[in-house]
Amino acid sequence: MTEMTGARALVKALEREGTRHIFGISGGSLIPICDELLNSDMRFILARHEQGAAHMADGYARVLNKVGVCMATSGPGATNLVTGLATAQIDSSPVVAVTGQVNRAVIGSDAFQECDIIGVSASVTKYNIQAMSPGEIPEAVKKAFHVANTGRKGAVLVDIPKDCTTESADITFPDQVTFRGYTVNAAPRPEELDWAARILAGAERPIIMAGGGVISAGASGELVELAELLLAPTATSLMGKGAIPGDHPLSLGLCGMHGTMEANMMVPKSDVLLVVGSRFSDRTTGKISEFAPNTKVIHVDIDRSEIDKNVETMTRVVGDAKLALRGLLDRVRVLRTAKTSPEWSKRIHEFRCDMGENGEERPPYLRAPKVIRALRQELPRDAIVTTEVGQNQMWAALHYDAYLPRTFFTSGGLGTMGWGFPASIGAKAAKPEVPVVDIAGDGSFGMTENGLATAVEEELPVVVVVLNNNVLGMVAQWQRLFYDRRYSAVKLKGNPDFVKLAGAYGAEGVRVGTYDEFRAAVRRALKADVPTVIDVPIDPEENVMPMVPPGMGLKDTLMEGA
Amino acid sequence: MHTVSFLVENQPGVLFNVSNLFRRRGFNIDSITVGALEDPRVSRMTITVDADPKTLNNLLDQLDKMVEVIRVKRLDPLRTVRREMLLVKLGTRDPMAREDALRYINGQHGLVLDIDEEHIMAEVSGEPEELDRFLGNVKSIGIVEMSRSGVTALEKGRLTL
Ligand SMILES: Cc1ncc(C[n+]2csc(CCOP(=O)(O)OP(=O)(O)O)c2C)c(N)n1
Repeated sequence: MTEMTGARALVKALEREGTRHIFGISGGSLIPICDELLNSDMRFILARHEQGAAHMADGYARVLNKVGVCMATSGPGATNLVTGLATAQIDSSPVVAVTGQVNRAVIGSDAFQECDIIGVSASVTKYNIQAMSPGEIPEAVKKAFHVANTGRKGAVLVDIPKDCTTESADITFPDQVTFRGYTVNAAPRPEELDWAARILAGAERPIIMAGGGVISAGASGELVELAELLLAPTATSLMGKGAIPGDHPLSLGLCGMHGTMEANMMVPKSDVLLVVGSRFSDRTTGKISEFAPNTKVIHVDIDRSEIDKNVETMTRVVGDAKLALRGLLDRVRVLRTAKTSPEWSKRIHEFRCDMGENGEERPPYLRAPKVIRALRQELPRDAIVTTEVGQNQMWAALHYDAYLPRTFFTSGGLGTMGWGFPASIGAKAAKPEVPVVDIAGDGSFGMTENGLATAVEEELPVVVVVLNNNVLGMVAQWQRLFYDRRYSAVKLKGNPDFVKLAGAYGAEGVRVGTYDEFRAAVRRALKADVPTVIDVPIDPEENVMPMVPPGMGLKDTLMEGA
Repeated sequence: MHTVSFLVENQPGVLFNVSNLFRRRGFNIDSITVGALEDPRVSRMTITVDADPKTLNNLLDQLDKMVEVIRVKRLDPLRTVRREMLLVKLGTRDPMAREDALRYINGQHGLVLDIDEEHIMAEVSGEPEELDRFLGNVKSIGIVEMSRSGVTALEKGRLTL
């Protein structure tokens, strides 16, 4: 036990959890904490908006598979975090937010910059705690990190009144925390594995679908091994991209609304579908009743409440994806006498088709699929890509092959425009030695472009590829396809000149007119020591294809738009 | 109507978090009772709710995930004792009404808690359906004010939460 201020207790507690970076913006209630940070080796990365700070912590967490920390002052600082926390929570990313709060005596009185962030954040976090004395701070931090980073990971918020940070008390740092109501059952039950393995071993047309849980559990090796053992074509959800290398012969690519033809045609034809660490989002399944009507579905997930939530399963395995896949591998090896015909996985080629990469050129525009494929070729295998939301995200998902887990990140669950750029900054802070690229739309980039100031200042030379169609492209695509081309509230006539914008921040900006210029710009950007924004002109009329129209089944995948 | 019992941490905000999840799923909580156990760090909460069983089961799995929720169980109606308490104030200026009121209260083994020239206040407990019937009977006498405690429940025999 040592006497110290709450601020020091917080800083020490964060250090004890292995924190090295904090993304945030200070303010009245955080001054004592920021002051104490001057005595610490932790690096405070100053964002320009708290939403950006939360996304940076999220990107950082996804890359390193460890907790990302963000910090905001009471009131508006805290409410600005909300979108970032909701985004991290729904994508199961371990983020801990520390918020300042007004002094204890005035909580509940609508004091200056007071917001009930505990109440506000309750629906968008896995857990939240208010530390009501300096002595409670170390335990609150320990609990927050534990809950954020175990089981199905997620966002946790710790709220600390300012006077708890200035007051001194005898502080002890717990080595562990106990919860009566929170236990993590990572190990799957043997009976569940036995039953699932028996169904898998009897499959003639098996398909595996991998979600973000495979990446979170570090289970890609086991996944690929099982796919090869079963000769099972393997699709991924958006969050599962990278779980199986995109150039693996059994890789089907993305399944769902903007899935590949081979994934969307083959999933409904399977006799057994093994779904690992995916929650069957409506964007992945299309119309539920047509998703896999005659298929035996086996669902592996660490979160029991995801099982049978959206799709009725034949059987379940509740537990960590890595342990579950290991268990299945061991059992299937014993049971199996090669039931899958080699013809089954060959059908991948029967359905595989051009997804716009070879379409007709329409100068002065470049074609987004080709731009993304060129980007892939210019980047090393371990490069990290983040995306924004909209057409850019779906083009990236379809045309950017991720070869390794934890190299492709996107706001899959919440679909948060403006996520990709700050997330790329967090990713670069996590792995400065690896190239990091944000594949962006002009609308999304506009939402968090102020991160350029942070990236320049912190010497984090990320690359932003703006697929610039001067329109909220995905919304316009729906209006084109389903609303008779009645464009409403989608034109971005007031877009800035992104080259000048980059220059204004002290970053590099470049506009390209040909694929070769684009490749050259990427190569230069990878060597630059400042961030680079590459402005790529894209046809506002270009559609992302294939597409399953909303409310339809996977087999109704369209190849051509209106 | 389903009866669900929870053990939860006895802390501020837990009731909010639990009821918030019911709200999110669009369920209207019919009744809710909470009280501390012999270990004051733990409360037992009983909720009755009308819901389709599949969605309710999924909701309970989601509730079970909550850090503050220690245990959740949907109670089997055949193996559960459910009880609720009613405080009711009846208008009994008319002597006939007073006689009727006392008869119904005694019939339900109720207690008269307060009485003046115009009112009788009684405490009546029983299964919620019994209270419904009782209220149906005394309605014509005139209910001035009433308050129901909400359902509390325990499983029979060896079964525990
Ligand atoms: C914060 C937020 N607001 C609104 C939306 C709805 N939305 C989805 S895609 C989209 C258009 C995105 O435009 P842009 O970033 O330019 O990308 P594009 O589709 O043109 O590639 C919009 C407005 C959203 N996903 N997130």
